[in-house]
Amino acid sequence: MELIKLHGIEKTYQMGDISVPVLKGISLTIQQGELVALTGSSGSGKSTLMNILGCLDRPSAGEYWLDGVATSQLSTDERALLRNRKLGFVFQSFNLLARTSALENVAMPLSYTAEHLSDGEIKKRATEMLGRVGLADRLNHHPSQLSGGQQQRVAIARALINHPPVLFADEPTGNLDSRTSEEVLQMFERLNREDGITIIMVTHDPKVAAHARQIIRMDDGLIQNSAPASFPAQQPPGEPS
Amino acid sequence: MRVLTTARTAFTALRRNPLRAMLTTLGIVIGVGAVIAMMEIGAGSKAALNKSIASMGANVLVIRPGTASSGGVSFGAGTTTSLTPLDCQAILRECPAIRNAAPMVRARAQVVYGNRNWVPNNIYGTTPAYLDVQDWSNLALGEPFNERDVLNANRVCILGQTLARELFDGESPIGKEIRIKNIAFRVTGVLSTKGSNMMGFDQDDVILAPWTTIKYRVSGTSLANVNQSTSSATDSVNTLSNLYPSTQTSLYPKQSSVQQANNPMPVRFANIDHIMAAANSAAEISSAIDQITEVLRERHRLQAGEPDDFNIRDMAELTRTLSTTTLLMTNLLLAVAMISLVVGGVGIMNIMLVSVTERTREIGLRMAVGARGRDILRQFLVEAIVLCLTGGAMGIILGHGGSLLVRYLLKWPVETSPSAITLAVFVSAGVGIIFGFYPAWKASRLDPIEALRYE
Ligand SMILES: Nc1ncnc2c1ncn2[C@@H]1O[C@H](COP(=O)(O)OP(=O)(O)OP(=O)(O)O)[C@@H](O)[C@H]1O
Ligand SMILES: [Mg+2]
Repeated sequence: MELIKLHGIEKTYQMGDISVPVLKGISLTIQQGELVALTGSSGSGKSTLMNILGCLDRPSAGEYWLDGVATSQLSTDERALLRNRKLGFVFQSFNLLARTSALENVAMPLSYTAEHLSDGEIKKRATEMLGRVGLADRLNHHPSQLSGGQQQRVAIARALINHPPVLFADEPTGNLDSRTSEEVLQMFERLNREDGITIIMVTHDPKVAAHARQIIRMDDGLIQNSAPASFPAQQPPGEPS
Repeated sequence: MRVLTTARTAFTALRRNPLRAMLTTLGIVIGVGAVIAMMEIGAGSKAALNKSIASMGANVLVIRPGTASSGGVSFGAGTTTSLTPLDCQAILRECPAIRNAAPMVRARAQVVYGNRNWVPNNIYGTTPAYLDVQDWSNLALGEPFNERDVLNANRVCILGQTLARELFDGESPIGKEIRIKNIAFRVTGVLSTKGSNMMGFDQDDVILAPWTTIKYRVSGTSLANVNQSTSSATDSVNTLSNLYPSTQTSLYPKQSSVQQANNPMPVRFANIDHIMAAANSAAEISSAIDQITEVLRERHRLQAGEPDDFNIRDMAELTRTLSTTTLLMTNLLLAVAMISLVVGGVGIMNIMLVSVTERTREIGLRMAVGARGRDILRQFLVEAIVLCLTGGAMGIILGHGGSLLVRYLLKWPVETSPSAITLAVFVSAGVGIIFGFYPAWKASRLDPIEALRYE
């Protein structure tokens, strides 16, 4: 089933008189349950594409269907609702609320959902989610009292609190060392395998990309190729995956 | 997003920087504190004023004779002898807006008891109705004199507290005899304490006696004939004055019976110095004045166009002047307090703008996880309101404490004012809404991507 379908997406930034084309006509489809890595050189427009996919930004041209819904028709408030219910975000710099406990950080998106949950339910759901990312014993730690990997796992728990079908991650391991990166990636694989969550992550690192089942290469605002990760071309020679 | 959650989020956000929140809200604290203190002190002085007005007799009208003049020389208010006790009775009978009325005769003389003496401020000759007019019916001791005493010109009197203290010094004056101008009066009662009036006169420095007694036995020096041009003929006509001749020397040679027959003087039963009347209520004072004017003009046979030969004054005039002054002062200080509130509001706005800039990333994140513009707007607005209400609450405590301090240290009359407290709560919430709106609106208009990228 097609979860994401892009057709001729373009994005052009206007810098005064000069227009800067960043995305130059991107068409792609991503099936439900995929684990996709988006790679490409710096400045090729990966983050820009992710923002459009995550309904944070609107394309200058082209159509984007998410779960069958044409997102260009949606109002700002409807897009906010969509982000809340259907999309999860994980950022390179975690973006946790400072001086706020892990539990409260995870529960934060629930305060914007339409359904009214009691305080007890909210706490239960947040605790459960932190348990799933292996932080059941760190509920009341503030971000400054957590390691980088733990902070990123709190961020993942926050992204998943509303059980979205899609998770977007822009360089989720960019600020982590290789061992904690591995932990986070294994968590992504597990979520993808066990819960069927579609994950799309941006990365520079071929080792990270190797965890994905599909790799999309971008170059200068265009998709270069889209191939399953098992293709040998994706891996530098002589390194195990 | 539920209000409770929003309020809690706001509290959490404010608690991250308690010192800054404190300093920000200081303007509101001072403004609200000043408002509360002003309102309480204002209410207190108003209550004190009302009390002192009430002690002078609420809704009291004073009817005085008009000005006598002779050959272009005016003798000042109260110099004609146009008022009689019958006028007083007519007023009581014919004016529905009047509750009660009492004729008044004034004297000033030395009062002696044993080896003590005292010159009271006022010796009033009146009827028992005076006590009702002045709301003074509850005597501290004994009984008032009655109508019969008035008719018979009995030598009885009621003493004010000051006199009871000065002359009797602790012993009970009831049944004792005091002497006024060498005439013995039996004390039947002692008035309750009234204190000084608004002009600072001791209202307890008074003797009340039947007006007939004062008029015919003591006086002769009533205001009317001290500087009377058309010398009071009444005394000579009245038979009682022959029985109890006035000790004063006559200014004019006595008229022979032939002269009297040639120049008949208008005969009046007796003139009195003024009439005290009480209106049913404050609202009826003006209609009471109209009714009295009508009755007296008719009784005095004044033609249309002729000026009144009496004048009527009400306490309300005085009350109004005094309360206008207090109101003016209170409003002035309130205006200053309001300015302080506005300054406080600007402080709130400033710090909220700083806060929005500081938390740009947080705003971007919240938007990314599904907060709509209006959720962000609400969050920052509630934060500003919470800040202001906290300041308001502290201001209420400060202002109330301040006014209590004023009460204990300066002995000013102070009255707790629930309306001021309600007002303060609404005003501080209002300041929060007005000055918090712009920063909150600015936050709600942020672009999520730019906000997330903000360093
Ligand atoms: N708001 C903007 N205004 C103008 N140009 C922009 C804006 N945002 C991005 N760009 C331009 O778009 C291009 C793509 O940026 P983008 O962040 O998508 O690259 P990226 O592929 O994510 O790079 P990296 O791997 O370094 O994160 C860059 O050349 C950048 O200068
Ligand atoms: Mg990027």
